[in-house]
Amino acid sequence: MAEESILGFLQTNEAISDSQQFAASVGIDHSELESVIKSLRGFEIVDAQEFQQDQWFLKDEGKTYAREGSPEVQLFKAVPPEGIAKEELQRKVTPSVFKLGSSWAVKKKWVEIGRQGVSRKVEHVEDKIQVFLQQIENGKVVDEKDLAELKSRKLIEYKPLKGYTLRRGPKYVSKRKKAATDLTREHLLRGDWRDLEFKEYNLSAQVQPIQIGYLQPLLKVRDAIQRIFLQMGFEEMPTNNYVESSFWNFDALFQPQQHPARDSHDTFFLKVPSSTRELPEDYVDKVKHVHESGDYGSMGYRYKWKREEADKNLLRTHTTAVSARMLYKLAQQKSFNPKRYYSIDRVFRNEAVDRTHLAEFHQIEGLICDRGLTLGDLLGVLEDFFARLGMLYFPTKFFTF
Amino acid sequence: MPTVSVGRDRLFQALGRSYTQEEFEELCFEYGIELDDVTTEKEVIRKEKHLEATTVAGDSEEVIYKIEVAANRYDLLCLEGIARALRIFIGKEKIPVYSRREIPCESILQINVSKETSQIRPYVVCAILKGVSFNGANYNSFIDLQDKLHQNICRKRTLVAIGTHDLDKVEGPFSYESQALKPQDITFVPLKQEKSFRADELLEFYRSDLKLKKFLPIIENSSVYPVIYDKNRTVLSLPPIINGAQSAISLRTKNVLIECTATDLTKAKIVLNTMVTMFSEYCDSKFEVEPVGVVYPDDRQFEDCAPEGAFKGKNIYPDLAVTVMDIPLAEITSPIGVSLGVAEVIRLLEKMQLHASLNAANSVVTVYVPPTRSDILHPCDVMEDVAIAYGYNKIPKTKPKCMTTGGQQPLNVFSDKIRGEVSRAGYMEVLTWLLCSHEENFAMVKRKDDGVTAVIIGNPRTSEFEVVRTSLMSGLLKTLKHNIDHRRPIKIFEAGDIVLLDGTRDVGALNNRRLAALCCNVTSGFEEILGLATRIMQVVRKPHEPANADFIRPSNVRFKEPEFFPNRQCYIVYNGKQIGCFGIVHPEVLEKFGIPDPCSFVEIDVEALL
Repeated sequence: MAEESILGFLQTNEAISDSQQFAASVGIDHSELESVIKSLRGFEIVDAQEFQQDQWFLKDEGKTYAREGSPEVQLFKAVPPEGIAKEELQRKVTPSVFKLGSSWAVKKKWVEIGRQGVSRKVEHVEDKIQVFLQQIENGKVVDEKDLAELKSRKLIEYKPLKGYTLRRGPKYVSKRKKAATDLTREHLLRGDWRDLEFKEYNLSAQVQPIQIGYLQPLLKVRDAIQRIFLQMGFEEMPTNNYVESSFWNFDALFQPQQHPARDSHDTFFLKVPSSTRELPEDYVDKVKHVHESGDYGSMGYRYKWKREEADKNLLRTHTTAVSARMLYKLAQQKSFNPKRYYSIDRVFRNEAVDRTHLAEFHQIEGLICDRGLTLGDLLGVLEDFFARLGMLYFPTKFFTF
Repeated sequence: MPTVSVGRDRLFQALGRSYTQEEFEELCFEYGIELDDVTTEKEVIRKEKHLEATTVAGDSEEVIYKIEVAANRYDLLCLEGIARALRIFIGKEKIPVYSRREIPCESILQINVSKETSQIRPYVVCAILKGVSFNGANYNSFIDLQDKLHQNICRKRTLVAIGTHDLDKVEGPFSYESQALKPQDITFVPLKQEKSFRADELLEFYRSDLKLKKFLPIIENSSVYPVIYDKNRTVLSLPPIINGAQSAISLRTKNVLIECTATDLTKAKIVLNTMVTMFSEYCDSKFEVEPVGVVYPDDRQFEDCAPEGAFKGKNIYPDLAVTVMDIPLAEITSPIGVSLGVAEVIRLLEKMQLHASLNAANSVVTVYVPPTRSDILHPCDVMEDVAIAYGYNKIPKTKPKCMTTGGQQPLNVFSDKIRGEVSRAGYMEVLTWLLCSHEENFAMVKRKDDGVTAVIIGNPRTSEFEVVRTSLMSGLLKTLKHNIDHRRPIKIFEAGDIVLLDGTRDVGALNNRRLAALCCNVTSGFEEILGLATRIMQVVRKPHEPANADFIRPSNVRFKEPEFFPNRQCYIVYNGKQIGCFGIVHPEVLEKFGIPDPCSFVEIDVEALL
């Protein structure tokens, strides 16, 4: 309705000079009119110039008195010509009226409050306060001197009053077409999409992100590396056993029992289950023998090998423990077939966690088993592997296994 | 991998030329060691300042190279060793011949061992470096090498402990004893102290010494303490704790007695060999070491004594014996994949301190492994050295001839498919830790530890590593907590292993592949989770199974799962077995994890679906 009245008025008139007055004249709240003005201005349908006028407004207390009369007059009216007892008077009026009203009425010498009660001192009074407040409410100008009491009693405040001067804008229309935002099924069915105006989209605004799922980045890397292995004919080892015995993790890999890596500050040893239940006994004997006195061409470590050490359970420190198991299995087979194995899985080290060290991480492992393999073959495979990852370089480092 | 700090300029002086950093790195790489870090003396001291004072006087800007060497190369743990190895590698020096001075048997200094030492540290080996010239640098190097050896092969002095003494301040013959009487009867002035201590007082005194207190447990609970005395009952040392002040070496020392007490004789010999081979270059008779004889009163005398010759039945150390290995030429060259003539092989071996000669009759290469190369245990170690000397980068890269087909583990193929499905349902995959605190695995999800479920770590550094998870729930809830300000709904999942105790497995535990998903929003999301569980059951359905098999069963009140809200939880049943459950997470659990919004959760045993 507000929109209609503005647009309608502007159709036949040059301008609306004061929106406040206009609002009052059509009986609309100015704040409602204001939001319509802003919307029309946004679409350049009207041209709105803002102005600001400072004027007096009633504060809440002032509005109450404008409506009901000032407290001193209310109190006066409550005092009958013959006078009234204080307590009775208190019962007749509200506590604030009593308090404020009596102090002002006494000041203005309208009543007298004594031990006998409250009595009138004058016959009749005029509620000038109410009159002035109402005048201000209605936008009429009031004399400075009359304003004085209102100001001192903090019944009025000086505030800027915003208003607009409205004229027809470049895109003026007498009746705004309702712009549709979205094309809906109803539009298609009704066919009215041809006549409708569609709002402009702000295509540079940030879009609400859609709800999608994700795969974990580290696992994506694992996938890529796995693919390389598979392309090169490697078979995955079953590595889903994090708990391992020291035998498979260390001893079977010729790591001596007093080696620092078997220290409690590098390996997670287990409280439960603390010892492994079963080991292949004939193989254990062979391993013990090589550690203690050497064999198969090796001099061995020449120390006393302890079964209890080998039995200790731990969280595997490398997936090579699984490789050891696989080689043992391979050796049990009746006939030998060459094999390529790989694994990419979690290992555990009891290290202090810092910028470059974690207690749990993933390890990539590859194994080729055949007769007549050479170091040159190993280098060739590594070159292939790393080339597929995009890296080419060779250090001469080895680990004692 | 041990790191050795050497002064760059001293090193280059020993090598006979200067290198740019890149050139030196190149050289290290070829040899198989690595220049790990470059710093200055000042830096090093600054970092160590909060520990006890080092023996270096004055802060200098001397450039320090930190070189990383293989853990089994005890001959590379000091500047002397590295410089010598590199000089031999680049052909600037011949392989030294380490020898024992020829002196008549009667003149060899002896150390007599008492019976009781077999209870605590049974073995001792000794040697003497005669006519040594120490200066500030090599003196420090001497001390540092002992430290390095103590840390590595000696396993923090538990296996072997080294003591070095000024021979001129003491008088042989020596004795290595364990008092059958009490430790209170051992009295001496220890190194760096002024007053005399009783052995038991001394141990108490060192309890507050940062460096020494960790060695006290090696002997403190024993009723006998091992001690080395000279002829006049001067205490040389109380191994493995501390040496006596009287026999302390200094820059002025000319003759050094080195003793190594041990529980492992093989290692003691390696340690002694390392000390003397490294520093005999400073003796007036270069690379010559004076022997010491060890006399045991019992069977130990025969464990390592010479089987024949001038010293038959005796234990004379150091044992600088060269190990002889006969290796067929093919065994060296074929595993590398290069064809090398024997002359070439011999030349390459010389570079690696392995003197070799050909036994022409049967093309066998005889390799003489010096006492510095205790890491050579097998012909393959020799083959490796030849390969390093040849240069790994020069070895032609070939491909293995075997034909094999690749493949993945079925469980992993299956679990990858499921991961794909769940991510397509709009869930974000996360990867959480296997190790967690006991509280997170049990109390925080309202479960009790019955003692037969979870694997428990014996030596956790912090409470974060106490148990191995038995469910994926805590990991997901923790992840959620750390990302709680994300836009709602938050939907995360994980496919991973948990570990359970299992008496049928050889190690006593097994892994179980699980899938879990968590949905967090202003409302509980029960339908979401139910929808996901339904979707998973649908995709794993075998073709012959009916499309809408009933697999949801509400949690029986008697067996209700404590981590879920009562009456808002269900079991997933497959082939008659309960393989998973889902529901609304119990508010108490949410509170413990600090999550302000309601969540729904599902966990399924993926292996059971295979």
